[in-house]
Parts: sequence; C-alpha cells; structure tokens
Amino acid sequence: MTKEQADNGRDDMVIDGPGQANAVPDEFNANYLRIYYGKLFPHADMFKWMSYGNDGKHPGCDKSYFGRREFSFTLENDIYIRFQSFNSVTELENSIKEKCPFKIDIGPVYSVDPAKRHAYAQSGDNVFTPVERELVFDIDISDYDDVRYCCTGADVCLECWPLMTIAIKVIDTSLRDDFGFNHILWVYSGRRGVHCWVCDGKARRLTNEQRAAIADYFYVYKGNENSHKKISLPGLVLYPFLARSYTEVLKGFFEAKLLPNQNLLASEERYEKILEMIPDASVASELRRRWQENKRASMSKDDINIVRWEQLKSILQSGKQKMQGLRRCVEEIVFSYTYPRLDMEVSKHMNHLLKAPFCVHPKTGRVCVPIDPNNCDEFDPTTVPTLSQLLEELNRGGPRQDAENEWDRTSLGESVTIFRTSFLQPLLKSCKEEIENSYNAKLQQSKNALSWSHVSLKVLLNRTETDLSISSTHSSETLYEVVLMYTY
Amino acid sequence: MEVFQSHRKSSSNNVIVSILPFYRSAPPLEVRLEDFEFFAMDRLRVLKGISDGLCRGKKPEEMEKLVVDLWKANMRHPQAVEEVNKDIISHFVLRLVYCRTEELRKWFLSMETTLFRHRFRLESSEAQRALMSEFKLPYKAVSNAEFESVKDKLGQVARSMGQNLAAADAIFYKVPFEEVPDLVSGRRVFIHKGHAYVAMNQVVSLVVTQFRSYISKALILTNRKWTSTIREQEKDRLTPIVEALCTSYLGPDYSQPQEFGEISIKDIDQVAKTSFPLCMRHLFEKVKEDHHLKHGGRMQLGLFLKGVGLKLDDALAFWKAEFAPKVSAERFDKEYAYNIRHNYGREGKRTDYTPYSCQKIISVTPGIGDHHGCPYRHFSEENLRAALVRMGLSSRAVEDVMDKVHNRHYQLACTLTFEAVHGSSCDAGINHPNQYFIDSQRVLQSKNGSVA
Repeated sequence: MTKEQADNGRDDMVIDGPGQANAVPDEFNANYLRIYYGKLFPHADMFKWMSYGNDGKHPGCDKSYFGRREFSFTLENDIYIRFQSFNSVTELENSIKEKCPFKIDIGPVYSVDPAKRHAYAQSGDNVFTPVERELVFDIDISDYDDVRYCCTGADVCLECWPLMTIAIKVIDTSLRDDFGFNHILWVYSGRRGVHCWVCDGKARRLTNEQRAAIADYFYVYKGNENSHKKISLPGLVLYPFLARSYTEVLKGFFEAKLLPNQNLLASEERYEKILEMIPDASVASELRRRWQENKRASMSKDDINIVRWEQLKSILQSGKQKMQGLRRCVEEIVFSYTYPRLDMEVSKHMNHLLKAPFCVHPKTGRVCVPIDPNNCDEFDPTTVPTLSQLLEELNRGGPRQDAENEWDRTSLGESVTIFRTSFLQPLLKSCKEEIENSYNAKLQQSKNALSWSHVSLKVLLNRTETDLSISSTHSSETLYEVVLMYTY
Repeated sequence: MEVFQSHRKSSSNNVIVSILPFYRSAPPLEVRLEDFEFFAMDRLRVLKGISDGLCRGKKPEEMEKLVVDLWKANMRHPQAVEEVNKDIISHFVLRLVYCRTEELRKWFLSMETTLFRHRFRLESSEAQRALMSEFKLPYKAVSNAEFESVKDKLGQVARSMGQNLAAADAIFYKVPFEEVPDLVSGRRVFIHKGHAYVAMNQVVSLVVTQFRSYISKALILTNRKWTSTIREQEKDRLTPIVEALCTSYLGPDYSQPQEFGEISIKDIDQVAKTSFPLCMRHLFEKVKEDHHLKHGGRMQLGLFLKGVGLKLDDALAFWKAEFAPKVSAERFDKEYAYNIRHNYGREGKRTDYTPYSCQKIISVTPGIGDHHGCPYRHFSEENLRAALVRMGLSSRAVEDVMDKVHNRHYQLACTLTFEAVHGSSCDAGINHPNQYFIDSQRVLQSKNGSVA
C-alpha cells in the first residue's frame, strides 16, 4: 500500500515510522495502538463480559460489581500501574484510550472498589480481599522446548503449534465433561501460547484451595531438566481423564504427527531421550541395538520413526513383560511428549493477573484473539491479524461508515464474532438466569425468616423459666447462657 | 428426660437409628453435680486411652478396637437414653475443661475427632447418611441405577489407585467436586459434570473434617464464655471441678497393694535393682548413699514403697536404719516417724495417702539437694545418660530413650527403659511408678517362676 493510498482523505492518518517506506510498517508503537484502541478494541464487549450481567436492568443486579474489578496497565516505558478500576464502560474506554497501555491485565473482583482499598486496610480485618475471579490457565510452548526441534523459545511454527492445539482439546474436554463448566474462553496469547478463562459463576467463586485442586488434577507432567522420567503413571489402569485424553487425543497426535514431524526416533540423539524413559535396561539395549544396525536407509518406504515406534511398542506391550514399571511405559512416553504443561502458579491464586483478550502483543504485533475450541485444529498462529495489518485494512476500507463495528471491515471481525457467539452471548444469558434465580431465592428466604422468628417468640412467652434454654440452642454462641441446671 | 437432637428416627420404622451425637448444642438437661464430675472423668479415661494408643503408634484397626473397648468400659449404660445423655453431658463438661489454653484445645480436639472417626465408621450406613445430612453435607447417595451407569468408571478409578472396587464399596455418594478438593487433586474420585463420586471410606474423612472444624470453632467460643462469665459465676460450684479435671490421674491409685502383698525389708534391695523405675532407684540409691533424703524425696519414695507392699512397721525400720549414721534413733522417732505414720494414715486426719502418679512426679520442681521428681525430665542429659547406662541399657536403647526425652515424652522414655531392661514390650505405657513395679514383677515372675 502506498502512502498516497493511505492518505486518501482521512484525518487519523497512520504515521509512518522514521525511515520507513510507504506501507504501514509491520511494527508496534503507541500511535498504532492509539488507533487500535480508538477504533478496533471491543470496549463494550469487554465491559459486558466483565459485568457478568450486572448491567443494572434487573433489581437483583449488583451495581458495584464492575467497579470492584481490578485492571492493570503496562504503559509505554514499562511503567506498571495496578488497581485500576472503572464504574462504567465509558470510564473504561476513556482510560484505555487516554493511557494507551501496551498491555492490559485483568485481576480479580474485590470485596470493595480497589481504588478505595487503603481506607479498608486500616480496619485490620482484611476486608479488601478478592471475592471472585475466573479460573484461568496459561500454556506456553516454550515449556515444550525439549520435545520440539523445529523452533525454540519464543518461536512458533505450524509444526509445533499443534502441541497447543492438543493441550486445548485435553483441558477443554475435561473442564466441560469432568468439572461441568460451560463458559470457557480460549485466547491466543499473541506469541507462543494460549490462555484459558473459565467464567462460570461456580468457577469465579472457587477458593484458592479449590483452584489448586483443579490445577493438581491436571498436573501430570512433572519435569525439569534434571529428571529423566517426567511422567509416572502407576496403577493398574489409567485414571479415566488420563485414559480418555490418551485414546482420544494424545496417542493419535503423537503417532501420526509429532513422531514423524519432529523425527523423534530418526537419530541417535533423539531416540536416546526416549530410550532413557524405559525402566528396563535390557529392553532399551535391545532396541538400541536394532536401531543402530538399521541406521542406513531401510528397505521399507514407511517413515523410519513410525517403524521404530511400532518396534518399541511391540516389545513393551508384549505379554512377556512382567516388570511392573513397563506396564504403562508406552503411555508414559506419549504423555511426556504431548500432555499439556500448565503453569500451575497462574491457576492457583485468585489474585493472579492475566493479560486481557484483544490486547496486542508488543513483540509480535499480533492480537490476542479468541480460539474456538471446537475448531482449534484450524487455528493458525502465523495468520493471526497484526496491528499494522489491521490498520491497513482500516485504511483500505474507504470513507468511514458508522463509528461502531469498524472491526467488521477488518480481519478482526471474525474474532469478535467468535467471541460473541461462542462465548459472550451464552455466558450473559446464563448470568441473567443466575441473577434472577438468586434474587427470587433471597425473596423467599426473607419471607421464611419472618415467620420463623414469630415461632420462637411465641415459645419464649409461653414457656416457664426452666424451658428458656430451648430458645438459646439456636445459636451456639449462647450455648453457655443457660447450659446445665443442677439440683444441688 | 428428653434428649435434644440425638435420636434420629428412620423414616421407615420409627426406630432410633443412631446414637452418635455430634454435640451441636448443649442439652437442656438437669444434671447432678456429682454426675457432672464423674461423667467427665469416665469420658476422660476414654480420651486418655485414645491418646495413649495414638502415642504408641497403633494401627487404625487396633485403634478401632481400642475405642470400642474404652467406650464399653467407661461409657456404656444399659439404657440407650442414659448412655446418650452421659455422652453428651461428658463432652460438654470436658469442653469447659479443655477450652482454656491452646494446648488443651489441641489435645481435646485431636482426641474427640479420633473418637468420633472410629465411632462413625462403626455406625450403620443408614445412620451415617443421617449424620451427614445433619451436618448439612450436600451428599446424595448414588442410586442403584446411577451406580450401574458409572460402575465401570468407578472401578477404573479404584484400579488406577491400585485398589479394587469390592462389592462392599457399592455405596457411593455424589457431591459437588468443590467439597472434596483433596480427593480431586489426587485424582482419587471419579468426577463427572462437576460431581464427585465419593466412596464410603472417603466420606468418613470428610465428615470427620466437618466435625473437627465445628468443634474447633466451638472450643474458641466456649473459652470466651468461660473467661467472661462462667468461671466467675461458677467459682463455688463448677469451676473447682473443671480446673481439677484436666490434671487428674485416672488410673489405679496403688494405695492398696494387691498382687505382691507384702514385701519385707530384706527384699527391698533386691527388687530395687530389678523392678524399681529410675526415679525410685535414684531416690533409693541416694538414701543409701547420703543416709538422708529431703521431704520431697521421702514422700515420693515412701509412698511408693507403701504401694509396693511395705508395711508400716517395716517402713519405719527401713528409714530408721538408713538414716542411722546421721540421725539418732531418738531424733528419728521425734522428727521423722510421725510423717511416715502420717503417710500410712495413722495420724492426723487419717487420710491414707496414695502413691504419686507419673503425672504428679513429672510436675514437681525439685530444688537444691532434692532427688525426687522424674529423672527423664529433671536430670541433665549427661546425668540421665549415665543413669541409663547404669541400669544396663545398650547405647542404642539410650539413644531411643533420649530421643523421647528431647521431645518431652517423659513417660514414653520410661516405658522404653522398661522395655529395654526387661526385654519385653509394655503396651500400656508407664503412668505410675507402682505400675512399673508390678509389671516388672510380672515379667520376672513369668521368666523365673518366682517373685523378684
């Protein structure tokens, strides 16, 4: 795109970076970001999400809810400001547009407005405390560096990205089938991983202990560079969640994709890593011997990795193997290469801040777009819209139509649609129901309470002094007002 | 007398389903003052027995039997109503007793929870379900139909833990997974759509946790009430009883020597070497060495010897002879004989004093020149080690004993010494020097076929 085309009668020009050519340079800077926040960032959708139905329309709404949510901004010069809170979508939008944060993080909903937290700290009773927070997960492909040979560190390609895809499948299925959660948002982290936001009411109200329990439930890969054996699957059979993950996702992916694509058994250096995981040295030696002999091209047309894997499986799974540790060895190998590697600390604490969806990643310029778990196989991180790409698309669009829904003219439109249809709308519907039900229940309760206190009053008046004790048994605090009575 | 909230009628046949209370509220009962004390002491015997069992590292099956035996021995009553009343009353009295310091609360909480756990396990499943609903635990029993549909998965979970789904385990409870975080995190339950399917044995832990948490809170509240109102209000009636209860020794008092009837002076030297616990050996050696003992030592050793079977005349002769190098016969009769006769209940208010228990001996503070007290507590490490070696302990045994001493388990240290000296185990633990003596004589008799 030439500068002339870009200049086509629009005020809010994209300003070229110093020494750049005519096109919108593929970079990340505050000016681009300002436009992005001005036209593309879905403020209203974020507000609706974070309000969880508390939009004031129903008498059961909690009008303070949105205002008690913490946001944090990372500004241009790495300045980091916490405990930002807003009382309306306008406040949120204006603050973002004005401050132009390079990163927006979302924190928990606190017991009181974070802006007022200091006032409450004085009372010493710790009333400033998180009360709600989504259950979140963070998966980073750099944690898989020991099993991918195509890229390292922050790089991602289509060969290794599928590790993220299967992680999504395993975790998403379990969150829904095992834990019964329904409102789950998966988001591309902008560079090398994915985030998961579980937004059901039950999930938001989980305690730290319960979050830790769920994280531990998912914790299978216990690796670091010092341990050879990072996965241990004792027991006669696999736990249902693990068995399901293996048969439905991990086995197929490992055998058909990862094994051949990453050449896991093709060279000595690589197959030694797998042989190390076999607890029976004689079995390992046997395989090593066979593979060393076969180093030169084999007659078979089949991929050498697959051939060798079959050999390994047939030895380990043959009836002859009596040794306890070998029983699950094949599964352990598959798990150690493919099972999701979660960042446990992110999930365990309510007050952990996590990057907001639709932020732009400063290092890649890519937008943190939602990933539809039902179509996660199709997701391609290399084609995620970048900031400059979106601005180009905006420029191309011609004269401005309506100020809203500008994203529809860009590649971001698809992402916003996914966000709304597969996540936000069902979530809000469910929230409304929850608010209504809770409200009705409270009404009923207060009706009951009135009638109850009548009964106890009557009891008090009718009985003699010795029977007064009956009234005090309702509250354990008054236990010892009239505990026991004696004849001596 | 109506009992509040302890009878649960089963819906089918109006029969009392359970008598396991969980002490939610103090009952509006009338209790006689003496029952107030005695019920509590009986329950305390149960709790102390449990404490002992735990200290000795008994396995769960052994503990269960112990609890049954202790309960039967101390708390049983032919009429169920009376038994429940005693159960509840004794619990609430002990709450008053044990609410007063952090250490007491911790001990009481631990023992009551253990007691509850084993009693709960022994209840019928119907009774258990009733209890769970009273705890307002949102547990629903899994229907047969549902069980059939998830049986495979339940079996899979069991086998993944190296267990088997026995027919007996067909009782499962369905509960929101949030209620059982430990089981979820360890993948020890099958979960589906947010519900965890909890096996019966796992349920027990959960109920017990609820019970524990409830009692813990209740104890704090009780303490507040005690300090703010009850203690003062009841200072002439209940308070002295409450304050005495937690320090009371509850075993046999050995004031009437039974099995080994009489012991004469000539026997003492011999039995001192073989059957005296360290505290008494030390006193005995000292009196022989110094020809004197201060008052504390005379009381501790003197009463012990009475419990061992030394008659008054022999006792007088013994002390007189031992003191002779330093104290003339006349002076002895004037200054010491009276006290000895007093100990045997022949003087003054004629109280027949009972020999001191370990608890009492451990709690004294020996001063300069004193030799009484409990060596495991009051001796320096060096002296104690030397004394143990003199008793014939191997260096390994000495280390084991010292380990207990460092952890302030003085009675366990003495028990280990007993076991090392006699080469046989002492399951009940040592609680009283006279018990040490009797047990020792028993062991020796069975070995030699003779006394001492």
